[in-house]
Amino acid sequence: MGDLKRLHSLLKEIDDMLASCMRCGMCQSVCPVFGQTLNEGDVARGKIALLDGLSQQLISDAQGVQCKLENCLLCGSCSANCPSGVKATDIFLKARAALTEYNGLSAVKKAIFRGTLTHPGLFNRLIDVGARFQGLMTRKANAYHGTSCAPMLSSILGNRHIVPLADRAFRKTHPFLDTPAGSSGLKVAFYPGCLVDKMYTGIGDAVIKVLRHHGVGIYLPENQGCCGMPSLASGDTKSFEKLVSHNLETFSGSHFDVLVTPCATCTATLKKVWPMMAENLGMKDQARIEAFSRKVMDINQFLVDKVGVRPKDALGDTAVTFHDPCHLGKSLGVFSQPRALIQASGKYRIKEMKDANTCCGSGGSFNLQHYETSTEIGQKKRNNIVATEAPIVATGCPACMMQITDMLSSKGDNVRVKHSIELYAEGL
Amino acid sequence: MKKNSLVGAFKELLGAENVMESETDRMNYAYDAAVLAPVLPGLVVRPRKTEDISGILRLCNENGIPVTVRGAGTNLSGGTIPSMGGLVMLTNGLQRIIEINEADMYAIVEPGVITAQLATEVAGKGLFYPPDPGSQAVSTIGGNVAENAGGLRGLKYGVTKDYVMGMEFYDAGGTLVRAGSKTVKCVSGFNLAGLMTASEGCFGVYSQLTLKLVPPPAAAKSMMAIYDSVDKAAETVAAIIAAKIIPCTLEFMDNFTIRTVEDFAKAGLPTDAKALLLIEVDGHPAQVAEEADQVETICRANGATRIQVAQTAEEKNKVWEARRAALSSLAKLRPTTVLEDATVPRSRIPDMVRGLDAIAERHKLTIGTFGHAGDGNLHPTILCDKRDREEWHRVEKGIEEIFELALGMGGTLSGEHGIGLAKAGFMEKEVGRGSMEFSRKIKRAVDPKNILNPGKIIGG
Ligand SMILES: Cc1cc2nc3c(=O)[nH]c(=O)nc-3n(C[C@H](O)[C@H](O)[C@H](O)COP(=O)(O)OP(=O)(O)OC[C@H]3O[C@@H](n4cnc5c(N)ncnc54)[C@H](O)[C@@H]3O)c2cc1C
Ligand code: SF4
Ligand code: SF4
Repeated sequence: MGDLKRLHSLLKEIDDMLASCMRCGMCQSVCPVFGQTLNEGDVARGKIALLDGLSQQLISDAQGVQCKLENCLLCGSCSANCPSGVKATDIFLKARAALTEYNGLSAVKKAIFRGTLTHPGLFNRLIDVGARFQGLMTRKANAYHGTSCAPMLSSILGNRHIVPLADRAFRKTHPFLDTPAGSSGLKVAFYPGCLVDKMYTGIGDAVIKVLRHHGVGIYLPENQGCCGMPSLASGDTKSFEKLVSHNLETFSGSHFDVLVTPCATCTATLKKVWPMMAENLGMKDQARIEAFSRKVMDINQFLVDKVGVRPKDALGDTAVTFHDPCHLGKSLGVFSQPRALIQASGKYRIKEMKDANTCCGSGGSFNLQHYETSTEIGQKKRNNIVATEAPIVATGCPACMMQITDMLSSKGDNVRVKHSIELYAEGL
Repeated sequence: MKKNSLVGAFKELLGAENVMESETDRMNYAYDAAVLAPVLPGLVVRPRKTEDISGILRLCNENGIPVTVRGAGTNLSGGTIPSMGGLVMLTNGLQRIIEINEADMYAIVEPGVITAQLATEVAGKGLFYPPDPGSQAVSTIGGNVAENAGGLRGLKYGVTKDYVMGMEFYDAGGTLVRAGSKTVKCVSGFNLAGLMTASEGCFGVYSQLTLKLVPPPAAAKSMMAIYDSVDKAAETVAAIIAAKIIPCTLEFMDNFTIRTVEDFAKAGLPTDAKALLLIEVDGHPAQVAEEADQVETICRANGATRIQVAQTAEEKNKVWEARRAALSSLAKLRPTTVLEDATVPRSRIPDMVRGLDAIAERHKLTIGTFGHAGDGNLHPTILCDKRDREEWHRVEKGIEEIFELALGMGGTLSGEHGIGLAKAGFMEKEVGRGSMEFSRKIKRAVDPKNILNPGKIIGG
């Protein structure tokens, strides 16, 4: 346990953000976790009240508060719908950092974040080893989805239907690229993100194919690191800051107009969370992060808004339903572009599901800590997907893809889970 | 509530998972939407079936534990701020819609049903539940009945009390009481359902509510009328009513609110307008067409500088989006938002708006005013920072003067948000000594140990 005075002063720093919550309770209508538990402590208003209570020393149970804060998907539904403009997820990230500093980081998380994630080289090698041995640990769960269960790891993973690690990581097939702008006159830096690098390499291939097709120059540096969201969500600012500087360094090697990612979470983190958390860093770093974050863009948005990809006049025959990742829709306001991209393929037409923009229940490590709630939320999404009768569900975030695949696979639904960029790339 | 055996008794009754005793859990039920200090309860319980309410009340009554029932906690008057160390009873485990009867047009629901969900279910059966408080996406029917909540449609369709046909509730000792009936007419006995409506959890705990449903209007037409003076807008309101037209909605917005909404929501509002009215008429298509024409003529005759009649559903939605954005736009300006709901006879609206301006100036306060012009129910919204002591002191003075102003015009302290803790101290000024005494006598008779939401409405 840390210094209580220090905790109070850290919480005082977010006092203005806390004060803007008027306790109207309107966030109850959109919070997926509250929808399951009906507990005030699980909705933004309740969490903010707890932080306020802690900072004003009305209550003393810092561990209890941290526990409530962790029962949150960081999906941003509350912020997106708050009449008072409360930036709830920003508050939660800052508060998690303060509480972790006070309560301490668990040994397991320390090992994961400080021991491996912050050392991209080591992390990559570990995963490569994992990929080679995963066959021993798992057994096939669903042939259609190519998913497995991991009975030996059931204490951590439950009976999830997991998507296997790629045989060959994306960075091995595409170690380095630095090509000049072509017909588009644009050059992008490409940040695939961990899940694309290690699991969904097809998405990375699709991005490269599409960028080349449209004459966009690509800078793909080696030795990219995690965006830092997992560490930050666990309140580990040290690891987060290390990863930020690592990545800034990695991408400083070439000029580019835009940095694109096919992962909604990475996009939102690089674009919005980095500058938000940069306050604690020096002025020079702040300015660097500012300049970097301004360039970050979701791949769908880039193709539609910058390259000018348009839906075909005659739409394709195959129905695709699209799930809006929270970090894409609610956080970045990107709704129309992935749909436009899918309909630009010539093969597909969008068939909307009910509540396309509600959370799928993944929430990064939330899924590990609260699998039951996560699954209950995920099953609602699954039901909405299946009800459209579309043979394909597309989305814009590999983490959502994992979650949705688990939901569909465990129910035995034959619905393909795809990234929008993969569908568009098929038609080229 | 330190006694462990008592907590054990609640656990036995409800199951441990429905009893919360940790500090954080209790802190989560220490406040509501009112700008008042939180008070930590001693225990929080969640009945999962309505019969459990009986057992909870019996235990509380026997042990003299104060009980505060909580729906969604959206009331703006501190009605769900518990007594120190008391018990909070959550109703959100009681969310069943028991029956929607199309033949006799009523619905029977448990108290924790969300208002908007009921409205949607009912609409799905081709019927209409009109009360639509701004909080309907989260507020509960129990909370609506206990506060007698109103909404945008109050002028024509009335408020929650006009839809309460009957109810079942548990009294302080945990005995089940039935009131009202499923019939449209019913005069058997005292009007207990009437007494229980707006009782803010002080007389008993609803376990089941029978609500009247009506046929939905076949058509509706909306418009926005723009004015260069508040008086002209207010005269329009009076003239519309005098012409014997009752719009379903007749909303007002002052210049400050218009400018703020425009800043945030970019709804295309005229920022130089001194006031605007948002008007909707509904009913039979022919009648709607005729009334809309009449309303338009009256607006012009009373000096509207411009009138925009919504031609499409999209335009109609735009009109209402502007109104819906009022509170949220104002709320974004400063950390603390104090939403009042002083209400005056509608002919006094210009005086009230002028008076509010004077109060704002006198105490150097920022006040945006919008609200239900048709029923005189205005929402002066004070924007401030509660942490600034000096400013908060001025706000408290301002609030007091708003109450005095409204009462001086023959108005009321609260058009719809309830009295709770926030206004209990002002009650006697409005209703007089006799009324307070009578209310206290009833309270003593039905709740001799004063365990049901003590301190609310009548103080003490
Ligand atoms: C943004 C916003 C907009 C609003 N707009 C409006 C509006 O347009 N019109 C309006 O009238 N109000 C409005 N309100 C106020 C509030 O939403 C209403 O008073 C609503 O009826 C409260 O419902 P609730 O479920 O939140 O009740 P709570 O706040 O939880 O409880 C209110 C009272 O009801 C009692 N109660 C709850 N359930 C029971 C039960 N089963 N038995 C006995 N007593 C019970 C409680 O003890 C308490 O005294 C608004 C509030 C907000 C925050
Ligand atoms: S976070 Fe926003 S929506 Fe939720 S209670 Fe606070 S002000 Fe209301
Ligand atoms: S971020 Fe999502 S899960 Fe967390 S409180 Fe907000 S709405 Fe709920």
